[in-house]
Amino acid sequence: MLYIKCPHCGLRSQNEFAYGGDASVKRPELNKEISDQEWDEFVYLRKSPRGKHLELWHHVSGCRQWIKVLRDTSTHEIFNTYKSEEKVG
Amino acid sequence: MQKYSFLSLIKNAFSGHKGWEVAWKDPTPKKEYDVVIIGGGGHGLATAYYLAKEHKITNIAVIEKGWIGGGNVGRNTTIIRSNYMHDENGLFYEKGMDLWRSMSQDLNFNIMFSPRGIINLAHSDAQMNAYARRGNSMRLNGIDAVLLDREEVKKKVPVLDFSDNVRFPIFGALMQPSAGTARHDAVAWGYARQADSMGVDIIQHCEVTGFDVSNGKIQGIKTSRGDIKTKKVGLCVAGSTSILAEMLNMTLPIETHLLQACVSEPIKPILDHVVTFGAGHFYCSQSDKGEMVMGGDLDGYNSYAQRGNLPTLQHVLTEGIAMFPFLSKLNMLRTWGGIMDMSMDGSPIIDKTHIAGLYLNCGWCYGGFKATPASGFTFAHTIAQDRVHELNAGFRLDRFSTGHLIDEKGLGTKTWIS
Repeated sequence: MLYIKCPHCGLRSQNEFAYGGDASVKRPELNKEISDQEWDEFVYLRKSPRGKHLELWHHVSGCRQWIKVLRDTSTHEIFNTYKSEEKVG
Repeated sequence: MQKYSFLSLIKNAFSGHKGWEVAWKDPTPKKEYDVVIIGGGGHGLATAYYLAKEHKITNIAVIEKGWIGGGNVGRNTTIIRSNYMHDENGLFYEKGMDLWRSMSQDLNFNIMFSPRGIINLAHSDAQMNAYARRGNSMRLNGIDAVLLDREEVKKKVPVLDFSDNVRFPIFGALMQPSAGTARHDAVAWGYARQADSMGVDIIQHCEVTGFDVSNGKIQGIKTSRGDIKTKKVGLCVAGSTSILAEMLNMTLPIETHLLQACVSEPIKPILDHVVTFGAGHFYCSQSDKGEMVMGGDLDGYNSYAQRGNLPTLQHVLTEGIAMFPFLSKLNMLRTWGGIMDMSMDGSPIIDKTHIAGLYLNCGWCYGGFKATPASGFTFAHTIAQDRVHELNAGFRLDRFSTGHLIDEKGLGTKTWIS
């Protein structure tokens, strides 16, 4: 069982959360000419690292906020969690 | 190579089983090979076998970080099927079915192929309609498909829950009678033994640490047991693909996820087919030893850990008990996990890359085991001829950027729900 510290609610079990994928992926800016390559990178291409991974989780059975989680993909250790708008250094 | 037969069994029995040769050697890596296959799993070994058998290329090394049979080829639920709707998948996997049927003879190794049939349950009229459509698509591609009504399912699998108070009543099913199971380790061992006998070097406990690429061409690989020169490299490393891709500065349309499976204690024969739940993700068959072999959803977050987590197992087994109430009385014998290369459309990738001499075989999602022979057959062709075979022509790497997806499941780019 993973225990994820929601920045709004505190430590909760993974059962309350839904996964949202790689949080480092940036959507191309609106109202800008976007190449096929940029769309491809945004929609399909993922680094999928072994080790530290910044990812989105949705506290769907809790406060319903999206949060960011810094987690190790090989040990499942969670280093830190952040609010969605928080900058991760 | 020593041929396995009834006669050789008797002969060796009388000499105290001291006369058996090793099934494959343990060579020291040479300085140079014509082709290096990275990954000594089912797909890598099958690729080496078909390169030697069909294309007469035998100066090959198969590089394996662990040991033969220790990765996903020994961690799957052994199901073999070709019940796909889209042509790219249907024709590819049906070629695989042909290879499965003759594999024990071809490899002189009993892979215990058991075409017991797969039954996909339907739990609504809409699902029956969807299965009728899928079945028709399959039959157009020469794949056997039978639509079963509720009574026919009851006759074939009486232990399913047919009572009135179930949340998802069984309306019927789609069955592929020629589908089934095979002994997964035997597939790895059979391919390894034949490839070795044709001159392929199977190098275990050897980790790839880097690539030598210059002028856009592959020149060799760096390993924990020294550098190896080669003009052609095939990647068959499933869940580790993204790690090697990073060494090559490539970003791929795949993510690595964790999938669990489990077996119950062995019981007397009760289930004659492979059966899947239609209102969730759960599949079950009974092994020759009597264990119920079960699997279902991914754990749902990027992971390279080859071990699972209990919430997913509980979720999957809840579906199992909804289908087969008797499962709740069994003890769990063993659970384990493997790491899957989940592609963005749920279909695989077998293709050349922008680096000359580098070939990619990945994106197998839940279904790598059944693809083993067809994957090896077409990947060997792609490497030997430097062009794709017609059967893997749809499994292009650039299909995502060009919009030619093979969206068999229609679930989009969230790999953890597909």
